[in-house]
Amino acid sequence: MALLAVDGVSKKFGGLTAVDHLSLTVEKGMVAGLIGPNGAGKTTVFNLLTGIYPVTSGQVTFNGQDITNKPSHSITQVGLTRTFQNIRLFNQMSVYDNVRLGRHCRAKAGLWGALSCNHSTKQEELEIKNKTLELLADVGLVDRKDELATNLSYGLQRKLEIARALASEPQLLLLDEPAAGMNPQETKELTSFIGKLNAKGLTILLIEHDMKLVMNICQKITVLEYGVKIAEGLPHEVQNNERVIEAYLGKGASQCLK
Amino acid sequence: MMLNKFNMSRKLIYGIILVAVLILPLVINNDYIIRIAVVAGGYIILSLGLNLVTGYTGQFCLGWAAFYGIGAYTSALLTLKLQWSFWLALPMGGIVAALFGVLLGIPTMRLRDIYLAITTLGFGEIIRLILMNWTDLTRGAMGLPGIPAPSLFGTSLDNKYFYYYFMVVLVIVGIGAMVRIIDSRLGRALVAIREDELAAKNMGIDTVQYKVIAFAIGAFYAGIAGSFYAHYTTFIDPHTFSFSESIVILAMVVLGGMGSISGSVVGAILLTLLPELLRDMAEYRMIVYGLIMMIVVLIRPQGIMGKKNDSRKKKSKATKQGDVTHGVAGG
Amino acid sequence: MLLQQIINGLAQGSIYSLIGIGFALIFGVLGLVHFAHGEVYMLGAFFGYILITAFHLDVFSALSIAIIGSALIGIMIEAVAFRPLRKAPDMAPMVCTLGLSIVLQNLAMLIWGSDTKSIPDVLESSSISLAGAQISGAQIIIFGVAIALMLALQFILYRSKMGRAIRATAQNKEAAALMGVNINQIISATFAIGSGLGGAAGVLVGIYYNAFFPMMGFMAGLKAFTATVLGGLTSVPGAMVGGLILGVVENLGAAYISSGYRDLIAFAILILVLLIKPSGIFGRGFQGKV
Repeated sequence: MALLAVDGVSKKFGGLTAVDHLSLTVEKGMVAGLIGPNGAGKTTVFNLLTGIYPVTSGQVTFNGQDITNKPSHSITQVGLTRTFQNIRLFNQMSVYDNVRLGRHCRAKAGLWGALSCNHSTKQEELEIKNKTLELLADVGLVDRKDELATNLSYGLQRKLEIARALASEPQLLLLDEPAAGMNPQETKELTSFIGKLNAKGLTILLIEHDMKLVMNICQKITVLEYGVKIAEGLPHEVQNNERVIEAYLGKGASQCLK
Repeated sequence: MMLNKFNMSRKLIYGIILVAVLILPLVINNDYIIRIAVVAGGYIILSLGLNLVTGYTGQFCLGWAAFYGIGAYTSALLTLKLQWSFWLALPMGGIVAALFGVLLGIPTMRLRDIYLAITTLGFGEIIRLILMNWTDLTRGAMGLPGIPAPSLFGTSLDNKYFYYYFMVVLVIVGIGAMVRIIDSRLGRALVAIREDELAAKNMGIDTVQYKVIAFAIGAFYAGIAGSFYAHYTTFIDPHTFSFSESIVILAMVVLGGMGSISGSVVGAILLTLLPELLRDMAEYRMIVYGLIMMIVVLIRPQGIMGKKNDSRKKKSKATKQGDVTHGVAGG
Repeated sequence: MLLQQIINGLAQGSIYSLIGIGFALIFGVLGLVHFAHGEVYMLGAFFGYILITAFHLDVFSALSIAIIGSALIGIMIEAVAFRPLRKAPDMAPMVCTLGLSIVLQNLAMLIWGSDTKSIPDVLESSSISLAGAQISGAQIIIFGVAIALMLALQFILYRSKMGRAIRATAQNKEAAALMGVNINQIISATFAIGSGLGGAAGVLVGIYYNAFFPMMGFMAGLKAFTATVLGGLTSVPGAMVGGLILGVVENLGAAYISSGYRDLIAFAILILVLLIKPSGIFGRGFQGKV
């Protein structure tokens, strides 16, 4: 059974069909890619998966559970977390606090816990603290943990956002253009970081434009164009697919490349 | 080492303030000053509540006087009509106000910014109009006179020392509880909602639930302040709980610094003292409140005690709309 | 009777529309709410009052000058309370204009006293009959002026260069700037137009009810805001329609249900709209591609 099963999902905005009957699956343990030219609807797909937009039709199943149109916070709670294309960190919070916030859904304390300062709340806070420091260490941000998130460089902000997402202990991590704006060195680090995460058992679905990254790390790639899936398969299959080449480079391009 | 020194001097300052507060009525046996202190205490509690909702959770609320009034009327009516004891009526005022907080919070959860501001304003006005027009219950504009003073085991506690020290207790407990709330999983979720509600949702925070909780807690504070006020002044009428009053409380929070507990305390004290200092210029009182709000926002938006916001990039209107369409264009 | 209430409601509603259009223009162009707009309306009313009583001008001259005066006030407000806060978080202009509205209300009270002023014999008490109902002279003036102003606005917005620039700025500030639009000028112009209309509404109301008082802006502002929300916060025709609807519903409600709770009706409508369809009648939904 696939970890994530998207079945005939469509999204219409008024007259515009952003996603047209998309079906795809992501198997547990894999790194899958979702690519396509600008305007293909990739981020819209992520928004549909994470409950930001309601689907117009279709179904999304995660771990056998129907999560179609469920509220975003529930989806994160069952193990599906995402990062954002435009980086949405809590800018006025510190690096440490950002990651710690990610841990929110794996803890329970509420008003009573806050006021009573009881033992189990204290234990929970300790666990949160340890986990947060651990994640910060993984991404190499421990020494900057007290700085404001907004003061980090772009590349580090991306890492921070991923660390925050990891704090929610997802089974499936959706990365929306994680390498955007990165130089080749940073992209290389990111690639190996994603590889390490996957090796530890995390399933990943990423949207990317950086083909090197995608081809290197993805085991399966789905290609969208104008909201429609036009190709799917192993990296080298997709690379040589005429429709895909034309989608990116224009009609007749595949002829030129022959 | 430096940190320890800093903590030490902080604790020392708080300690000195606490001692000063505790011995004030004994040293300065001036009824007028004690009264101002009690009033200031009430406003501290009101400001703490509003600060939780507006400063920490980012929900702009312009109808705060409504919860104040609900607490006051609940407590007054319980003691006047049902002969409840003050000690039960006081918390009940807070609880009923909290219920109204939930009532207001639930439908407004989807609203942002100006829609929320106007809705809360409307809520405040609706409550005031009901208090004014439901004469069978509230006696409308004539108000409720003769609200009984608190008593314990038959002895009346109607003396300035009781009110003063009871208010001190309420303020200390109020501040303490607020500090605990802010520095907890609950408090962190509220700040996350303020910073970026969409991201908070995606990090597993049920923003609806938390906003309602914030309103409920804040309203509880306001209700307690209202209950105390009713028994302290023994007479209440709807005029006290007007939009102007909401503005006054908001000005205290803005001046002190939104999102700062010490700010709420400082703002409340300063703006309680202000009209006393401007006694002769009573007509200018509201103008000064208005000017303060304008000047603070224009010159020092973080207020007196707040931290300066590093507003490196102002969110564009699209991202402000709370969805990710701004990023959709690329995907 | 019913027709009379509807006519009264339309007259009141026209006034809400004029104020509400100002909100729609400003929110459309800046995306911000102007808490002191009701006070611009109030100041416009007092301009009219002073011009008529102290300078003995006729209604229409007073109206015209009051419109200009209100427009100037609008420009000043923008320069003081909005422009410096362009880069600040969105709560800032709200708090600032909130403070400003408090200042203006209380300044007006200091200058003119909080009692209600009226102008003796300002309008002839003639009226025409229509199917059993009466349309008073004042109401005719209100309808006439409101229609004239709204037509003028439509002309400006859709047939003039400045109007085009305003609409462009409302849709996309950056793009408009890149196309050579002087954003600062356009924003000032928008405030001028919106405030002028608000001031006109103030004069009309003052004359209609023959009542001028410093707090008149508070309720009127809130209700006009309700009208704008009802119509769709950024929509000018929406504000027009919303104002009329609000006026009629409010009048009918006050006549047939209870007049004590009259003001409550507006708030109830506001809250209902926000709960059911926050984008109003003509507004775009929150979702959708930007």
